[in-house]
Amino acid sequence: MNNMIVSYAPHIKDKITTNRIMLDVIIALIPAFIASVWIFGPRAAVVTGVCVITCVFCEWAFQKAMKRTVTVKDLSACITGILLAFNLPVGIPLWQAVFGSAVAIVFVKQLFGGIGKNFANPAITARIVMFIAFPITMTTWVQIPDSVTAATPLALMKRGELEALPEMLNMFIGTRGGCLGETSALALLTGGVYLLIRRVITWHTPVAFIATVFLLTAIAGAQPMYHLFAGGLFIGAIFMATDYPTTPQTSKGRIIFGIGCGVFTVLIRLFGSYPEGVSFAILLMNMVVPHINRLTMTKALGGAKS
Amino acid sequence: MLQVRRIPGLPVPHFKNTALNPPDMIPVPAEVTLPMKMHGGAPARPVVGPGDSVKAGQLIGEAGGRVSSPVHASVSGKIKSINDIDGLTGQKAVSITIAPDGEQTVHEDIAPVNVTNTQEFLKAVQDSGVVGLGGAGYPTAPKLTLKDGVKLDYILINGAECEPYITSDTRTMVDEAEYVWQGALLLKEYIRPEKIVICIEDNKPEAIKKMRGLSAGVSGMEVRALPSMYPQGERKVLVYNITGRIVPEGGRLTDVGCIVINCTTVAVIAKYIKTGMPLVSRCVTVDGSAVKNPKNVIAPIGTPIRELLDFCGGLKDDVKKIILGGPMMGTAVPNLDVPIVKVTNAVLAFSAKESVLSEPSNCIKCGRCIAKCPMGLMPSHIEEAFLLKKVEQLKAYKVNMCAECACCAYLCPAKRPLSQVMALSKNILWEAGQP
Repeated sequence: MNNMIVSYAPHIKDKITTNRIMLDVIIALIPAFIASVWIFGPRAAVVTGVCVITCVFCEWAFQKAMKRTVTVKDLSACITGILLAFNLPVGIPLWQAVFGSAVAIVFVKQLFGGIGKNFANPAITARIVMFIAFPITMTTWVQIPDSVTAATPLALMKRGELEALPEMLNMFIGTRGGCLGETSALALLTGGVYLLIRRVITWHTPVAFIATVFLLTAIAGAQPMYHLFAGGLFIGAIFMATDYPTTPQTSKGRIIFGIGCGVFTVLIRLFGSYPEGVSFAILLMNMVVPHINRLTMTKALGGAKS
Repeated sequence: MLQVRRIPGLPVPHFKNTALNPPDMIPVPAEVTLPMKMHGGAPARPVVGPGDSVKAGQLIGEAGGRVSSPVHASVSGKIKSINDIDGLTGQKAVSITIAPDGEQTVHEDIAPVNVTNTQEFLKAVQDSGVVGLGGAGYPTAPKLTLKDGVKLDYILINGAECEPYITSDTRTMVDEAEYVWQGALLLKEYIRPEKIVICIEDNKPEAIKKMRGLSAGVSGMEVRALPSMYPQGERKVLVYNITGRIVPEGGRLTDVGCIVINCTTVAVIAKYIKTGMPLVSRCVTVDGSAVKNPKNVIAPIGTPIRELLDFCGGLKDDVKKIILGGPMMGTAVPNLDVPIVKVTNAVLAFSAKESVLSEPSNCIKCGRCIAKCPMGLMPSHIEEAFLLKKVEQLKAYKVNMCAECACCAYLCPAKRPLSQVMALSKNILWEAGQP
């Protein structure tokens, strides 16, 4: 009776764990996964599988090699794999997918200390690296059945070929050209609602991000509805701009982050040489997160100015 | 006043298993140990020596300063020893051990106290040995002694009891409703606030009903049912939720015209004035998964927790953790010889399953601790500053305003020991001489 555990309060804790949060994100990505296979065929599943396996393996191998605690069980590497795959064209050579996954886990995540320590979103940064390293395969889109062209709606808008744009309904359910997991706004929204209900994410960043893109493109007179559903806005706003370690921790900060992402996205889409800007926008905003955090410190109850 | 901001709270589980259980008196224990410091401020000074005979209610330790509290014998018997090492912390601390004679002979000086003015009332409060029984342990008499020019608008009688499991305040408000009420009337008469509000969480309908029945039609008295959320009973949270007033950083509650006082404390004051019996016993909730028959008990102060647990059918074999106080803010103790003190409102015992600590993993910066901090602090940032020993940053993050309610650590998905970090950070600031 004299060997009791003595530990600091609290002695009860909430059921929530990092693991459970990651599992919820994976569950939230399932509709988009199903949509991707339905729209782009079984190769979508192959690319996703390759990315997930590579990410998990790289995390395990790196931590083993560095003699660190292996944390693949927290499922975060799994999410990075899924998100990276969702940001690739379905026809991507598999060795390039493997390369991208390794960049995401080793360079962007583990070299900074692993989960929670990376300042940039691994999937997004890896996608940008691949975009620059493999410009051809990263922009070779597969034409899906019933579609006029393989080109993405954003590319069409960039070239001014507005008559070739898909119907709005196709834009919403995702039967259009694009990366394999980004096209179905419907599926991504379903996942987003799940994450909100499970309180994994808050509404601030996605709403601020999407609203900013809509407003700015509307002001610019540039097909705001298409800008909403085209490209990677929904997957970016719901799943990437809400990644905990690389985004602000306060509600106010999250709104600022979302607006910043929206502004950069629209600037790149309308004025940049690339048709799509979501990845660059999020990466840019990742870099200012410490400053946003500092600017949006919460006010202590009764706290004096300091 | 207009409420501008809702203080976030946690829907912690209630586990008020013993709420309907009036306390049973435990038999006279084999030994009681009364620490001279069961309160904030200076320790009491022993006024008896080994071998002396004492009677129940007799003064054995006089207040050691203005902010201090006297200690009384909780049993009749013989002083066995005066120890100078605290068995729990191993630090130097005086305590008096009494071997009871089992008679519980009441000391002859115990008689109703005559109170006619504020000064006599405050003296009676001090002599009763009462301290903040909600857990803070700050001596009540200095708290009620107002500085000149302080205008007191509110006395909030705290019956929130927002910690899981604990029901001793609930039982006091139900079983000793009359004393709580008499105490409230005494405060009204002698401390003279504009208004007294008895604050009770809405998961205690019986207590609310009793208090409403007593206060019906009395001007300047109100019973307020509050939503059951943790930490509703934290004093600054309570002041804000009842009055909308915000206690300034580094300030006292009286700066915004408020005093918060625990409901059991109020009952003890009334009881002392009516009977003359100082604070020598109290209601303690004995509960937790490793207790065979959880119930409320009344035990002499200084009783080893072993006796309380034995009275409740003993412990299950897989017991692994014992806590004095609630599971959110209570203290885990290493063994069963630790005595209950004035502020011990609960003894909880948990089995291995609930006691095993989860290994902390990296902070994922989810912001849950920030969103739910009732004080509006940023625990995740404070932890970063703490790990880097950045004194200036700890100051900027106002860690000294932390109420140590432990909401942050309760919520943390990475199971980081945030509440411990808050306490240690305060130490760092204190050592750096920059509070």
